[in-house]
Amino acid sequence: MDFQDYEPRPSVADLPDGGRGDSREHLVVIGNGMAGCRAIEELLARDPGRYRVTIFGAEPHVNYNRIMLSPVLAGEKTFDDIVINGLDWYRDNGMELIVGDAIVAIDRAGRTVTSRSGRVLRYDKLLIATGSDPFIIPVPGKDLPGVIGFRDMKDVDTMLSAAQAGQAQGGGSAVVIGGGLLGLEAAHGLSLRGMKVTVIHLMQTLMERQLDEAAGWLLKTALEARGQTILTGADTAEIFGEGKVEGVRLKDGREIPASLVVMAVGIRPSVALARDAGLEVGRGIKVDDHMVTSDPDVLAVGECVEHEGNVYGLVAPLWDMCRSLADGLVGKANPYRGSVTSTKLKVAGLDVFSAGDFSGAGAGCEDIVLRDASRGVYKRLVLQDDRIVGAVLYGDTADGSWYFDLLKKGACVAEMRDLLIFGQAFASGGGQADPKAAVAALSDEAEICGCNGVTKGQVVSCIAKGAHSLDAVRSGCKASASCGSCTGLVESLLALTLGEEVQSGPKTMCSCTSFTHDDVRREIVAQAMRSIPEVMQQMHWSTPDGCASCRPALNYYLLCALPGDYVDDQQSRFVNERLHANIQKDGTYSVVPRMWGGLTNPRELRAIADVVEKYDAPMVKVTGGQRLDIFGIRKEDLPAVWADLNAAGMVSGHAYGKALRTVKTCVGSEWCRFGTQDSTGLGVKLEKMSWGSWMPHKFKIAVSGCPRNCAEATIKDFGVVCVDSGYELHVAGNGGIHVRVTDLLCKVATEQEALDYCAAFIQLYREEARYLERTAPWVERVGIAYVQARIVADAVGREALCARFLYSQSFSQDDPWAERVAGGDRAQHAHMAQFKPIGMEEMA
Amino acid sequence: MIGEWLDIGWLGEIPTRGSRTIPVEGGEEIAVFRTGDDKVFALVNRCPHKGGPLSQGIVHGHSVACPLHNWRIALATGQAQGEDKGCTPTIPVKIDGGRVLICRASTLKAAA
Repeated sequence: MDFQDYEPRPSVADLPDGGRGDSREHLVVIGNGMAGCRAIEELLARDPGRYRVTIFGAEPHVNYNRIMLSPVLAGEKTFDDIVINGLDWYRDNGMELIVGDAIVAIDRAGRTVTSRSGRVLRYDKLLIATGSDPFIIPVPGKDLPGVIGFRDMKDVDTMLSAAQAGQAQGGGSAVVIGGGLLGLEAAHGLSLRGMKVTVIHLMQTLMERQLDEAAGWLLKTALEARGQTILTGADTAEIFGEGKVEGVRLKDGREIPASLVVMAVGIRPSVALARDAGLEVGRGIKVDDHMVTSDPDVLAVGECVEHEGNVYGLVAPLWDMCRSLADGLVGKANPYRGSVTSTKLKVAGLDVFSAGDFSGAGAGCEDIVLRDASRGVYKRLVLQDDRIVGAVLYGDTADGSWYFDLLKKGACVAEMRDLLIFGQAFASGGGQADPKAAVAALSDEAEICGCNGVTKGQVVSCIAKGAHSLDAVRSGCKASASCGSCTGLVESLLALTLGEEVQSGPKTMCSCTSFTHDDVRREIVAQAMRSIPEVMQQMHWSTPDGCASCRPALNYYLLCALPGDYVDDQQSRFVNERLHANIQKDGTYSVVPRMWGGLTNPRELRAIADVVEKYDAPMVKVTGGQRLDIFGIRKEDLPAVWADLNAAGMVSGHAYGKALRTVKTCVGSEWCRFGTQDSTGLGVKLEKMSWGSWMPHKFKIAVSGCPRNCAEATIKDFGVVCVDSGYELHVAGNGGIHVRVTDLLCKVATEQEALDYCAAFIQLYREEARYLERTAPWVERVGIAYVQARIVADAVGREALCARFLYSQSFSQDDPWAERVAGGDRAQHAHMAQFKPIGMEEMA
Repeated sequence: MIGEWLDIGWLGEIPTRGSRTIPVEGGEEIAVFRTGDDKVFALVNRCPHKGGPLSQGIVHGHSVACPLHNWRIALATGQAQGEDKGCTPTIPVKIDGGRVLICRASTLKAAA
């Protein structure tokens, strides 16, 4: 969507009717950002055909969600994820979009605008939505290369390049000037990108405009624990460097080296264009209640305006402004009355919320404060005349939208005052936390999604129109489509509105969490989480210890992220992986010893035959993967069976695991007159390399010695078909319910390459597929081209994947059977006691 | 003397979020569960659905997921949860001084 290739048509729009024979009034929008496009969305919703619309953007992008730049910087989103309206939106609504060409002058008398490239356009109505500019503090060195703001995609790109350059030299350093919302998000992102970050903040308290001292201190401590250096009460004297930034000097003489300086001390409404055009300008462009400037044909909206003396630098007021503006444009009165704002910090794992006035300075203001140091929770409500006028929440922000709703409505809270601080569930009676009741009690005007300005009423009407799943709501009204922190609220609304009809979809991991598999996995790595309880705590699991769906998934994700370090949680594994055998319908188990590449010998066969007789196994079967399966073994007998098999040199076949199952082979060039390569030999090598590895799901390999493909390699997760000139590598086949033939990954010349590519493919699958996703649906989801790009085209990446796999294998190739035979986890197999209800001695 | 309660062992012998079994001669096996909050429950080791050994399921909250078809059984009542219908007999159980005791009469009755 980042379209450098975009070639604006030679404009004919400077003709009075745009050269289209279009007699409609021409609305020209200066600014392709959140305000400008939201205003047009609101207008289209009211009267889609009323105006001919042309939108100018200074940046070379379609309309994107500026407040989501932080997650892009942090690597949690891509640019495509934060696009609000793609090219088709402009096209489908018959609008002209001109990007990368800023408007430089407005001629109000002639009703034209002029762009940097010299384009002149006539307008009937003009909408200025130029937003704001980062405030650059006037210190020496402020113009050095490497000093940037944090405002647009270009700034993010600059930061990413600096982080990358830093990494090449073993980690670079960055200074962020300004410890407000934007500065902290920039610092968090840079820190996640591997930079050593120092935040310089002039005031004593971080985010002092949103937080009080106590919450600011908690935040500072939490950020320091994540490795950032936070200097409060620090005043910048100069930025120094020869030809580029080398560091920052403070007024007290301290010097902080840095190759990147991000100025995030504040923003200023961008008013130069309006001022030059002679419009009335104060701190921002002055507008009336319908966003009309001092010129009745010129409107302005967003961060660039001043309304009743107020200038807003947050996203929420924008939604209200755009509604009033659009109503005004279609001739309907709906005056804008100013906005009360709330703030949320978008730093994963740190929940900060504030709203209203919490200075406590007003007459008769009272505080209610709750501190829970061990949970890291701080809540403060400021009341005036029994009404909430301000709220600061740190650590637990679940009730933020409820407090904010009460605040905006000016509701009297006298009756529930005693319980107010404990949140809606308690204060509204009942004492039981029922999130659905809490959401049901919200008013229709209550804002659900702060990122996209969507109210409860809008979400409910979207659901009523047929959006019966989270995805459908996200695409229908954009609620929960950006940062995702309101996902739980939207799900509650779905449940409330539809009852049992909710289509849960594949989105969230399970009903214990509102996060998806991908979210959880990313955060496990980003926050270096080390245990299942830690993940559940940090990511706000709604159940005390998860469920049978999420626990095995979390156990796997942690195991994969921390090879050699993570202590496997046996109680979070399915029975088969806990007992290293396959449970059957009668509660007995089946046992499959490993036979490398499907090869066996008399000693192994004798041992298997002996076990069958000794334990009276009712059946032995040759499996589809060329192994022998012994059925009907009791849980108590498993260790003894394994001991006998171990004694003959056999180990666990992992026929029970989300793991490498078998490598199936044909006899190959050693015996077969058609064989082109040693397929059995390669099969044994592949199996020796990859056995014991835990994966998102089961994984099967096969090697065929010639294109006749007797080993059926083209319906396996990884299949090798040998040819005269080398080895064809195939991936993502499946012989299950939905038969899927493999995709050809590539062809390689040597056996070692076949092994290396296989290791790299397995590791990519281990790291990126969702738990219980076979390779076939995974590759269908990400595309074979992506897998080829990672494994075939990127040699360095392939080697790194292969190395990570082999490292992780160094911890996983201990035979789990031998461990149990040696006495590990006896309790898994032995009874706790026995009960014989005859005589006096009942207990054995 | 035959007591009313049968002492089956230390609480610590049951893994947290896990279970141990007690075969009853001439009757059905009993499963004793220990939850994450150290509560103990005893049920007949048989899912009301297809007879799966509940003792081998994943214990979460105060319920267990049957290892055969993932039915969720409430440990306190033995009732199948959600859409599924059915009930597994439960046996009174208590902890005294760290020892786990199950009700003798109920064990005999449930297992018979």
